[in-house]
Amino acid sequence: MIPELGHFSLILALLLALVQGVLPLVGAARNNAAWMAVARPAARAQFLFVAIAFGALAYSFLSGDFSVVNVTRNSHSRLPEIYRLTATWGSHEGSMLLWTFILGLWTVAVTLFSRHLPEDMLARVVGVMGLVSFGFLLFMLATSNPFLRMPMAMDGSDLNPLLQDPGMVVHPPILYMGYVGFSVAFAFAITALLSGKLDASWARWSRPWTTAAWSFLTIGIMMGSWWAYYELGWGGWWFWDPVENASLMPWLVGTALIHSLAVTEKRGSFKAWTVFLAIGAFSLSLLGTFLVRSGVLSSVHSFATDPTRGLFILIFLAVVIGGSLLLFAMRASQVGLGGRFALISRESFLLVNNILLLTATGSVLLGTLYPLFLDALGLGKISVGPPYFNSVFVPLVTPLIFLAGIGPLARWKQVNVPELANRLKWGFGASVVAALLLPFTQGDWQPLVSLGCLLSLWIAVTVAISVRARLRSSSGWSANFYGMNLAHLGVAVTVIGVTMVSSYQTERNMRMAVGDTVTLQGYTFRFGGVEDIVGPNYKGSRGTLEVSRNGKPVSTMYPEKRIYVASGMPFTESAIDYGLTRDLYTALGESLDGGAWSVRLFHKPFVVWIWIGAVLMALGGFMAITDRRYRASRKQGRAAA
Amino acid sequence: MKSRHKKLILIGVVVLALGAVAALVLNAFRSNLVFFFSPTQVVNGESPHERAFRIGGLVEAGSLRREADGVTAHFRITDTAQTISVTYKGLLPDLFKEGKGVVAEGRMSSGGVFMAEQVLAKHDENYMPPEAASALEQAQKAQKTLVAPPEGKK
Repeated sequence: MIPELGHFSLILALLLALVQGVLPLVGAARNNAAWMAVARPAARAQFLFVAIAFGALAYSFLSGDFSVVNVTRNSHSRLPEIYRLTATWGSHEGSMLLWTFILGLWTVAVTLFSRHLPEDMLARVVGVMGLVSFGFLLFMLATSNPFLRMPMAMDGSDLNPLLQDPGMVVHPPILYMGYVGFSVAFAFAITALLSGKLDASWARWSRPWTTAAWSFLTIGIMMGSWWAYYELGWGGWWFWDPVENASLMPWLVGTALIHSLAVTEKRGSFKAWTVFLAIGAFSLSLLGTFLVRSGVLSSVHSFATDPTRGLFILIFLAVVIGGSLLLFAMRASQVGLGGRFALISRESFLLVNNILLLTATGSVLLGTLYPLFLDALGLGKISVGPPYFNSVFVPLVTPLIFLAGIGPLARWKQVNVPELANRLKWGFGASVVAALLLPFTQGDWQPLVSLGCLLSLWIAVTVAISVRARLRSSSGWSANFYGMNLAHLGVAVTVIGVTMVSSYQTERNMRMAVGDTVTLQGYTFRFGGVEDIVGPNYKGSRGTLEVSRNGKPVSTMYPEKRIYVASGMPFTESAIDYGLTRDLYTALGESLDGGAWSVRLFHKPFVVWIWIGAVLMALGGFMAITDRRYRASRKQGRAAA
Repeated sequence: MKSRHKKLILIGVVVLALGAVAALVLNAFRSNLVFFFSPTQVVNGESPHERAFRIGGLVEAGSLRREADGVTAHFRITDTAQTISVTYKGLLPDLFKEGKGVVAEGRMSSGGVFMAEQVLAKHDENYMPPEAASALEQAQKAQKTLVAPPEGKK
């Protein structure tokens, strides 16, 4: 009964999405106020029914209704309750429903915070989002119905053990908040193309939405990276896996977009370019969602392939991406390019920032899609490994970060070069000297470590210079300004983490018998043997490793090896002792003769900085959204109306 | 300097920079592609000698042997037609099992043993790495064509 209720709600939502997508857009084109007014109520009603469907699926999972195919495949009677909830979006069907649900959330948010928007603009934005939602609902109902029934099964086949983790409770929703959030920027871009109106107020309206989506995406990617680190048992934080790349591409374009939007708002330049980036960011989000979820890529995220699904996805992508690019080609000239600027100006620095970010995106896209194309054409199987991405990213990111230091201090329109150089020379000199010396504190000197330190210090120094200048001037608090600086500081922190862990991590794989000790970077690990454990839906072994340094105990670590009962799947649960300057990481390999085990040990300097930096970036983004001028514009808009 | 000259210089610089970037990306791309070969192809000498590559198939039943250090493993990968000996130093992934699909990345040693730097067995027990699946498929096809003409081609 409940699953059917969910199914019917989806059908109703589909019809409402069609209304929401068509009437307001036609109304805006014909200047029909009544039709435009449909946008708000239709969007809210559509969201209500999607929410009911989502609730129905969650209920089926929580109550363990094994007559629903989706539940049977992804849940188990002994699965802990919290993971039953997360299993709701653990499958392909469920994740599509989550996507649509979050799209509804963003749409309703737009209708709530849009009192300042001109009526035709709101109608178009909501209409475009309605059409996207219609596409997803149709896809779900036609090929991926999450409420499909089957004869009652005895029990389910359990959720993939990798997904049975607290991190997975929040990672997918937050990541989707980011992916789907770009739909707002996309809808604003299409609106600009349809109406031909793109001015500073358009940029001011779409900016906070874009920054919010970007911040969510940052957190989502950071959580995915951290999860891979502790859950996969390999101690890596980024594998250049196609699935990771799929989330990195919209992030890179989104980063370019928030910078280009700044220029459009402040200077009225980069207009057509901003629109193009907004289309790009959302297109890559769609591509990412489908690449990951459709089974084209083999990974923990993907599921059995179904040819009708693949065809639908291809058509959907072609309509959305092709259609919006066609519209762009036809209407971009109306939107205009915007104001002029000199060769050396903040605008040109931001232009270079955008070009570098897009080049990075292109290189990731090439490395991710080329193997798929080759395989699809039957030309052989290849893979593109981390060395490719690393050798491309370092030379692209180096100038990018260097410019991130100069850009915020540079003037709009035209830079007075000697003056700027004068302001920065001491900071630059100090960064270079410190960067050359710092690696010695970690032992051996390596050129890449010095480079990483230089970039990081350079950002920190320039942030300090611009904050100091701001405090000395009479201008007051600006959430936008401090948010940007916080985000840039986050980049510096992440760079330190990446540099240190890439250059100085130590790994040991070895056989350890009970009582054996091994020393790694001054930390002594003593293997205390292994005992049996029984969990709610798994059995396994738990090892004990006592860690000491200079004879003083540091911590006791308990890595586990589990076997999940329903699937019979073995699974390594690593143990980590986190620290600001180093992580100790242990994982059990296999049981060898006489109570000995093969054991993996890591010493990872500064690895948590990678994720702390990402959190700072996202916090900076959220901070910038609270800027007064986004609210002031609302009052002005209302007064004008 | 006239503004037209400035513009020309700017365009020149941009074109040069883009060319350099494209060269960098494509060069890195070409030198880091890892190709896949089935055990049959390796035996036929189709795999490269200097470069790393991937092989895939099933872990032959009963072939896994560990050295006394507990972390060096020897096993054989088969596509049912041909078999390759593999040596790997490190912990094998959770889902590595005799009789199951596996993909290994590494180089051929002069002694004809594949020295793996990485062993991949995927996230789901019922999941067969696509490379391994295609190696088996190819071998089966080859065997069928061998059987069909009674005298055989090879």
